[in-house]
Amino acid sequence: MITIKNLHASIDGKQILKGINLEIKAGEVHAIMGPNGSGKSTLAAVLAGRPEYEVTEGEVNYNGKNLLELSPENRAREGVFLAFQYPIEIPGVSNINFLKTAINEIRVYKGLEPMEAKDFLMMLKEKQKLVELDGKLANRSVNEGFSGGEKKRNEIFQMAMLEPKLAILDETDSGLDIDALRIVANGVNKLKSKDNATIIITHYQRLLDYIIPDFVHVLYNGKIVKSGTKELALELEEKGYDFIKEEVE
Amino acid sequence: METAIRTSTIKEKLISEFEESKKILFGNTRLRDQAIESFCKQGIPTRKNEEYKYTPVDLMLKEEFYFTANKNCSNEQIEHLKFLKGAYVAIIENGIFMEGLSNLNNLPNGLTICSLADAAKNNSTIFEKYYAQYADINADPFIALNTAMAKDGVFIYVAKNAIIEKPIHIIDISTTFENIMIQQRNLIVVDENAQAKIIESFETLDSNAITFSNALTEIVINENAIVDYYKIQDEKELGNLVNTTQIIQKKQSIFSIHTFTLSGSLVRNNLTLVLDGEHIGSHLNGLYLTAGNQVVDNHTVVDHRKPNCNSNELYKGIIDGKSTATFNGKVFVRKDAQKTNAFQSNKNILLSEDGTINTKPQLEIYADDVKCSHGTSTGKLDEEKIFYLLSRGLGTDSAKKLLMNAFASEVVDTITIEPLREYIEGKILKKFELH
Ligand SMILES: Nc1ncnc2c1ncn2[C@@H]1O[C@H](COP(=O)(O)OP(=O)(O)O)[C@@H](O)[C@H]1O
Ligand SMILES: [Mg+2]
Repeated sequence: MITIKNLHASIDGKQILKGINLEIKAGEVHAIMGPNGSGKSTLAAVLAGRPEYEVTEGEVNYNGKNLLELSPENRAREGVFLAFQYPIEIPGVSNINFLKTAINEIRVYKGLEPMEAKDFLMMLKEKQKLVELDGKLANRSVNEGFSGGEKKRNEIFQMAMLEPKLAILDETDSGLDIDALRIVANGVNKLKSKDNATIIITHYQRLLDYIIPDFVHVLYNGKIVKSGTKELALELEEKGYDFIKEEVE
Repeated sequence: METAIRTSTIKEKLISEFEESKKILFGNTRLRDQAIESFCKQGIPTRKNEEYKYTPVDLMLKEEFYFTANKNCSNEQIEHLKFLKGAYVAIIENGIFMEGLSNLNNLPNGLTICSLADAAKNNSTIFEKYYAQYADINADPFIALNTAMAKDGVFIYVAKNAIIEKPIHIIDISTTFENIMIQQRNLIVVDENAQAKIIESFETLDSNAITFSNALTEIVINENAIVDYYKIQDEKELGNLVNTTQIIQKKQSIFSIHTFTLSGSLVRNNLTLVLDGEHIGSHLNGLYLTAGNQVVDNHTVVDHRKPNCNSNELYKGIIDGKSTATFNGKVFVRKDAQKTNAFQSNKNILLSEDGTINTKPQLEIYADDVKCSHGTSTGKLDEEKIFYLLSRGLGTDSAKKLLMNAFASEVVDTITIEPLREYIEGKILKKFELH
């Protein structure tokens, strides 16, 4: 699905990613963990095409395409989805209106007809149920006045609507209570298939009790310093990140 | 020096036109003489005049203009402008009220709509009581000029207790093939306990001629009346408009005015609202979308004269190309106007490097027990928001359009006439397509 080779990226002249290597196959779930400031969100942003970041070295192959050459909207249209760590509020833009526009522009990109209004509404209802999102929230302006947890759930709702191939969830679990966490995890699990892949960026291993990762990577100071399976997450939880720092430095 | 000579030329022409035509104009000749004298003193404002610093009316008036049109349009040509089904429609063509083009059959009890020149004769009691009582000829040269030379316009009277359900649609349209300067005048009186919704559209038919319209409307809102007023300024590329609106509100009345400036070469709005009574509510909303070389200038004055009133003003603009937008909002709270709540806000989005925004809020408060605030902001479209939308698969154009629409919606959503709101939304979307 995606192969990241020796990826270096900087912002405002400051080097953040210092040689990331990662390969993810269809059907897999990868967790990326690491202390604050290690570059997890930067990696997510670079993959989504955030213009402020400059890729200084390395390459990313996504389903046979050079991902780094695609515009952010074309990455989304090719199936990349980023659930933001801090989803922003967009007053005056209705959730539904913008999702309808998004879906139809993605369909145009793929050479498909726009979706019938009736089909769109049906899909809307179904996905709302999946993430247990109140219909009232779906009808409001994007994230406006939403609580932290509601914003995160709205991200998963959008993901459910857009049915991405590669979903990157950036700390979607932070700020969620146990119930919300379960709902989000349940949503992600239901959307999982052998044809898509998920990157879960998280600080704690809590979410990984609900979404079982195939691989766990530790990102530290712009590099993946350790990879393993689910057990690595438990070890991190137990020992804290200090042991990684000690090992690396 | 050439500028000075040319400017004085239009002034001289106007004065000689006045001398020729004044005998046939409606109303009181003495008032017209005083007004032309005041105009002579004030002259056409140049950009040295603080109030017209950003708005080159003098440049626009360098062209040759006729003062009388020699063409009339047909019903078919203007049918598309009558977009409010069921409305009472008054057509003012090149400054003259056109009974035959208007739709004024079956006016309900309590509603009078007719030519202003006719009203001067046939409705002389109301006319004399209110005409030219509020727009001060010495306050602005265009008021003086209009008061001296106005030929016609619409007269609307809503009698005591009359509640007019259907909207009243005034369509001001210039239709000539030759450059023309128009002096149009409207008088609208809504009497005690009456209610009305009035829309005024400013339009030009396809034409290669330059139009310069000096349009003045006085609106009187008596005790307890409720009035909603909408202006849709949508003239073509060669249309220039100086639009003076002078409003007086009496006690316990509620008035909202919404000014949408969508196109035109130069638009200058001078809007003055006087709250002359207690427990008045006033809402002033404005939206201007400028592009190309457009110049749009909104000067507003909200004058709180009595206690216990609320005013709320929100003007928003999206500026593109090499256009210039100006907002100058004065709020006066007079000594007697205790317990006033007055709020003003002006927000702008600048889309281009070459666009200009001048914004100047001015609060003058002479009472001590009041709540007043004002704020302005100017920014670009938020890059974070754009990225969020792109990351969901929207193209840059759609993302920007959604955000511009969202910005405009705060003003558009104040429209309470559903078909009008849809019409404006359509116009706005079209305007955004062009960029
Ligand atoms: N605009 C910026 N300019 C300079 N440094 C930045 C900027 N944005 C983020 N950083 C830095 O990049 C590093 C990585 O941040 P981030 O990717 O958000 O880490 P994580 O998500 O792992 O907590 C941090 O040290 C942060 O301070
Ligand atoms: Mg982060």
